[in-house]
Amino acid sequence: MLQVLEGSIAVAEAVKVCKVDVISAYPITPQTHIVEKLAEMVAEGEIDSEYICVESEFSALSACLGASAAGSRVYSATSSQGLILMAEVCFNVAGMRQPVVMTIANRAMGAPLSIWNDQQDSLTLRDSGWIQVYAEDVQEVTDLHIIAYKVCEDHRVLLPAFVCFDGFVLSHTYEPVEIPDQGLVDKYLPAYNPYNMLDAKQPLSMGMYATPDYYHEFRYEHEMAMQRAAGVWREAGAEFAKIFSRDYSQAVEGYRLEDADIALVALGSVCGTIKDAIDEMRNDGLKVGLLKIRVYRPFPADDIKKALSGMKKVAVVEKNLSSGSRMLGIVGLEVKDAINDSSISVLSYVTGLGGRDIRKSDIRKIVNACNEGKGNMFSGLREEIL
Amino acid sequence: MADTSVELFEPGHRACGGCGPALAARHILKGSGPDTIVVASTGCMEVFSTPYPESAWKVPWIHSLFENAAAVASGIEVALKKQGRKEHIVCICGDGATFDIGTMCISGAFERGHNITYVCYDNEAYMNTGIQRSGATPYDASTTTSPAGSASHGNRTQKKDMPAILAAHGAPYVATASIAYPNDIVKKVERAVNIPGACYIQIHAPCYTGWGFEGARTIDVAKLAIQTGLWVNYEMVDGDVEKVKKVKRKPVDEYLAEQKRFRHLFKPKRNDEEIAKIQAIADRNAANFGIDI
Repeated sequence: MLQVLEGSIAVAEAVKVCKVDVISAYPITPQTHIVEKLAEMVAEGEIDSEYICVESEFSALSACLGASAAGSRVYSATSSQGLILMAEVCFNVAGMRQPVVMTIANRAMGAPLSIWNDQQDSLTLRDSGWIQVYAEDVQEVTDLHIIAYKVCEDHRVLLPAFVCFDGFVLSHTYEPVEIPDQGLVDKYLPAYNPYNMLDAKQPLSMGMYATPDYYHEFRYEHEMAMQRAAGVWREAGAEFAKIFSRDYSQAVEGYRLEDADIALVALGSVCGTIKDAIDEMRNDGLKVGLLKIRVYRPFPADDIKKALSGMKKVAVVEKNLSSGSRMLGIVGLEVKDAINDSSISVLSYVTGLGGRDIRKSDIRKIVNACNEGKGNMFSGLREEIL
Repeated sequence: MADTSVELFEPGHRACGGCGPALAARHILKGSGPDTIVVASTGCMEVFSTPYPESAWKVPWIHSLFENAAAVASGIEVALKKQGRKEHIVCICGDGATFDIGTMCISGAFERGHNITYVCYDNEAYMNTGIQRSGATPYDASTTTSPAGSASHGNRTQKKDMPAILAAHGAPYVATASIAYPNDIVKKVERAVNIPGACYIQIHAPCYTGWGFEGARTIDVAKLAIQTGLWVNYEMVDGDVEKVKKVKRKPVDEYLAEQKRFRHLFKPKRNDEEIAKIQAIADRNAANFGIDI
């Protein structure tokens, strides 16, 4: 049944059907509506979860780590400054292989302070060892949570995941959405079955330190798990599609790419705007398509190469800045590396930082610049105030 | 009563011979018993007891970061409650993790009143990284970041009163102890883990390498701290001081003179003015807690 729900409320409903045992979070805009709704569900007895109100995001994720290590399914949500305050714990949760699922309502990083959307926060933690997925709309972010738990808790993976959606653009926007049926979710996602846990009956030591004789291999095992996660995601996505008739099994998704000369590449909600812009540009005879990256870690390099092999030009829409890097954007560098073909021009366009709207006309400007061979630049600058 | 014949902290770990914190760990576990989950912070004890793949801990043990043991313990406590489990949760953390970098997490956990016991093994500096000062370092102690010199008497600040800070959070039980009195540690830990809520125990645990005395003298030096009134063993229940260990006090010189970290107060000549300030700290402790016999 379709309901019209705010993105944050839909996420809370997704967490509810995932039957998490322990929730711990600290309020930060634009994540707040998610955790407020969950707190309300706990207060009304609608969910059988414990909610720990902590004094910082740092403690929120630390509490999740402890609860997860004790054998519980856990959840947190954050944004921006909160995520970066958690950065140390993020590396730790991943290294300790705890299947924590955390929603990121993407927001810009200060300074200057901005509560509005871009994707600098989660992309900055690209290398922290978490799976990262990005949703285009409210239905997708709802469903991705359920798949994320399934993949993270799989004993072939045992890694945490960020489920990212754009702050305000999706978190505060009402869309028609179907909340998956509890009975069906229970079948898809059974109760958490920990690989190991803190238990006085079977004592073990967790989080020991590793000398140079062992550390290297820990990191290798981590990486092997991340690589296995790609296949497990496809599997879990396909199973989800069978039950719920919505298919997120592919790490990337093409739109009007088949006969395109120019491909735009993007993550998250801007893909919707880009699709509309593509339809208009197609009417004007421009052969443009889109490659949406859903699963950013593990990075789907082979899928990207396959999808973009026939293109002449690739324009990567970046809601982030890797300051001082040649292409300026974080994603473009990796896309260029994945394509690894000097006959295809790959250029980045940093745009929409700190909540600046990205309109169809902005996408058209990016395509025009790409056609002229101009790129690796800021797009949509207000020249008059510079 | 705790069965003190059961050893849950195994020998063969990599602590120095004469390590105060290792003695503390052994007796903390005798007090909490086998149904205990230990949460450790980064520090000396974590390093000497758990070099992968060896562990000295015969109870479940977890280490995450330097500053988050109290928050990790909060999560474990809530998970156990949800699962209907009853293990004791005991944080064992150094003074740097407790007085300095982990204070925010501790304050949050004590405000929420999780059913945990937080034990600080207090060796009065960052020993694992090479004897840098912490908020627990006593006045005038020379450390590698508060060195005594021609323009310095060593550490300029007094030891932070963490037990009072945690008592102010409404902790039902706060106690201090010393490795000089191991049975007292066992009793206090056993009492704490059986009191619902967040309890705090601070154990004076001399580090002979960091303080600069003979390793065979660890217990004696710990005892001198109590006998001079520079360390007071007491219990606070619901904010009120109960039992205090009373002593026939000795002058602070006896405690200070044998430690290299205070040597600058005696050589090249006795610094009467500074030693008098330290004596005043002991006198204040004696007056506040009524320790004099």
